[in-house]
Amino acid sequence: MPTLEDIASYATTSAQKLGIYKYDVYGATVDETSVQVDQGDPKQVKASNRSSVIVRVWNDQGKLGVTSTSDVDPAGMDQALTMARDASHFGVDDHIPDFSPEAQAPTAKVGIETSAAAPVSDLITNLIDLEKQLLAAHPAITSVPYNGLAQRRSDRFYLNSAGALRQETRTYASVYLYSKTAETGRKPRSAGAMRVHHGLDRLDLQGCVREAAEKTISHLNYEKISSGKYRVVFSAEAFLSLLGAFSNLYNAQSILDRRSLSNVDDLGKQVASPLLSVYDDALHADNIGVETFDGEGTPTRRVGLIEQGVLTHFLHSAGTARRLGASPTGHASIGAKVSVSPSFYHVLPGPEQRSDLRLETADQVVLIDDLQALHAGVNALQGSFSLPFDGWLYRQGERVSIESATVAGDFRELLQRIIYVEPEADITPGGVCPGIWVDDLSITGES
Amino acid sequence: MSVAPFSLSLPKTDDLLSREYTAQRDRFGSSWESTLATLLGLGRAAGADFVEFFLERNNYISCQAEDDAITSISPRLVTGAGVRVFLGQADCYVSTNNLSFNGLKAALDKALSIMGLTLPGPGANLFEINLELLRDYASARGKDAWLERCSSMQDMGEVLLSANQALAHQASHVQSRRAVYFRDWQEVMVAASDGTFARDIRLTQSVACNLLCADGEHRSSIGERLGDTSNPEFLTTWDYQTTAEHVADSAGKMLYAEYLESGSYPVIMANQFGGVIFHEACGHLLETTQIERGTTPFMDKKGEKIAHVNLTAWDEGLSTDAFGTIDMDDEGMPAQRTLLIENGMLRNFLSDRAGSMRTGHPRTGSGRRQSYTYAAASRMRNTYIAPGDYSLDQLFASVDKGIYCKKMGGGSVGATGQFNFAVDEAYLIEHGQVTKPLKGATLIGEATEIMDRISMCSNDLGLAPGFCGSISGSIYVTVGQPHLKVDAITVGGR
Repeated sequence: MPTLEDIASYATTSAQKLGIYKYDVYGATVDETSVQVDQGDPKQVKASNRSSVIVRVWNDQGKLGVTSTSDVDPAGMDQALTMARDASHFGVDDHIPDFSPEAQAPTAKVGIETSAAAPVSDLITNLIDLEKQLLAAHPAITSVPYNGLAQRRSDRFYLNSAGALRQETRTYASVYLYSKTAETGRKPRSAGAMRVHHGLDRLDLQGCVREAAEKTISHLNYEKISSGKYRVVFSAEAFLSLLGAFSNLYNAQSILDRRSLSNVDDLGKQVASPLLSVYDDALHADNIGVETFDGEGTPTRRVGLIEQGVLTHFLHSAGTARRLGASPTGHASIGAKVSVSPSFYHVLPGPEQRSDLRLETADQVVLIDDLQALHAGVNALQGSFSLPFDGWLYRQGERVSIESATVAGDFRELLQRIIYVEPEADITPGGVCPGIWVDDLSITGES
Repeated sequence: MSVAPFSLSLPKTDDLLSREYTAQRDRFGSSWESTLATLLGLGRAAGADFVEFFLERNNYISCQAEDDAITSISPRLVTGAGVRVFLGQADCYVSTNNLSFNGLKAALDKALSIMGLTLPGPGANLFEINLELLRDYASARGKDAWLERCSSMQDMGEVLLSANQALAHQASHVQSRRAVYFRDWQEVMVAASDGTFARDIRLTQSVACNLLCADGEHRSSIGERLGDTSNPEFLTTWDYQTTAEHVADSAGKMLYAEYLESGSYPVIMANQFGGVIFHEACGHLLETTQIERGTTPFMDKKGEKIAHVNLTAWDEGLSTDAFGTIDMDDEGMPAQRTLLIENGMLRNFLSDRAGSMRTGHPRTGSGRRQSYTYAAASRMRNTYIAPGDYSLDQLFASVDKGIYCKKMGGGSVGATGQFNFAVDEAYLIEHGQVTKPLKGATLIGEATEIMDRISMCSNDLGLAPGFCGSISGSIYVTVGQPHLKVDAITVGGR
């Protein structure tokens, strides 16, 4: 595969040859391996080594065109720049994206750990062992139908014709285990767990097995739940998945497109209970996927989104920041239309433990561990959701697995109905978040 | 009579690797035969039981209009290949962007090494792989000129802006209008050590409109999508006025809709995209991928009754222009028409090569993948419930109080057969009549239970395009059904 220097050289040569004077290129080379196992044997091993770049070209009239390609050799770069220039004639007339004003500003100095790729045989051996442990954890666990152990090295870069040039290398490893039960006369039950880290050697494999086993076993004795209004506790993962699904609330591009639950003048508005404070922090120490620059080359940073219930900042690209008189925040992905998305959430824990709000003594309280089918059950433009979930009903401190149910509501109302934010936060791949208690949510049990 | 001594002259690695391979970079054709046959031979000589190469070139473009401006035109060019190596029932898949001989050989070498095999050394004998005469669906069916006949960027912009203007004229309380189009042109070639050698071109196009209406705290967001796989002029022949009319009408009705009260109801599912219920609740569970994992309750039910006697269902690759239509699957097998359920009896599963090897069910031309970065897996194509004998009036007349699900959102099925899907546009049925609009509904249930509750199918089969995400990525599919009645289903709401 070509190096970054090769690609930069191809881009410069092609641009000069084609008479293109303003362009930028964002791209990545990814090398990854993943394994799956089935009943003690490797089932499928996948490996991939691929590159892709996206080029933006500004034509003589200043209009922008874009093309992405996986052909990163000189011929491929010629073709991509030519096609981008052709597309530029149909580019937008208003609010044309430009280079980020911070594309050459210093990025944060963060300690980045990388790990060497482990031999594939190690991945297989480890995963077979994890599957074996999980199957041995309880007689009812008869299979681990979804499992995987993967490692990935990513080299990403941004460069532009004004001289910006950034690159960084990251390594990741991940494991997931999703086990299933089979008992005579009982419905099959399932649950899973996932862990990520910089490399196989740092991955908490045993923690993943323990969590998957504990959750699966906890769902063996299940009951139907009566439909009605319940006090609900969202796990870190569940709450963060909802935040992600409704991120148009603080996404400047969505707001400018009028496809958001917020308006441009909503900064300073109380959108949630004062108990809630949410930050987006790509540089958070617990973010395994830390990135120091975004797709426009803008340095990433910590941004306060909701502070004590008040909407305080939006997530920006260079273009949305320019339009709204703000600074870019490092959340852009380049394309014909630059998009904006969150990086890594940090929901601040509450100040203190409340003795009256503890799961150990809770009664008729639902703990939602994992929300499912967000792609189908969330209407982000209406603010509504209706989602199946895995969880438990607490009755006088005793938890009972819920057989099958959905939770429904309006996200803006949910934010206002937060009654408690737990003082201890959990670390997840998508962010850090404590348990969030919400009153009066509709739960529908299967009849 | 004398017999000449048999001359044993097997090809050697040195001979083949020193040849010059001149496969065309910009077209998959017979010029690739020697390259791929040599690589397949190397793989077999290394000890692999089966080797397959999948080559792909992709020319994609999307265009988006927001309100009265074109806000995005995004072309994408992709070239890549994947090599799959089987040893017994285990397999390894390696993908690369490098389609040179050495690039493909490096990918093969990596796949072999992962399986504990090594490329044969200098002077080693090679397997000769005799590939079939290229089975070229693209040339045979006149697809080579498709790409140049597709709409220009200029056309895309003009049509989408016109569609947005039609939305503006037909809707009220409009907050935003969006029209999108994409064209996905894909050339694929498959060569395998069993002699498979096939080429095809797929052209998938889709248009969609989305309308967001708002009035104070009331909001409605409604979209409609159309798709095609055989008409390069699809975009310019799109009747966007009718699409805009449908979307505006639905958005207007849903703007002030009340939230549905959760509970168990009889439900009438509309035709076309209503077929997502079968896709999620049953179709996925008939893929051999699910049998391999033990995640389908139907795995040992072939030949048994799994659904209501009034239900018959098909999955086929050859519907003329439907969104999931393919001439061959991504393993080079001609697409077939597969009877899944006949009058409630399970007749067939959908199987790819690996699924067939591991479960014993015959291949059905269902090996599909999003791109070269995925190994093929058993996936649906155009899946639908066959029309029944009831009229629409008979269906509604049979419901005293229930829900009419006119427009479905997406859905999913879990590892234990539980499914769910959202309803974008729903109405209350009272005494056989459709009355007030309802929002916020989600249908949930167990696949094994719901199939026996589909008690009435009308005679108005309709198909709709969709996207299906699963183990081998996101692929284009058709879902479909006539209007049908489910006797009871749990509806999540407020």
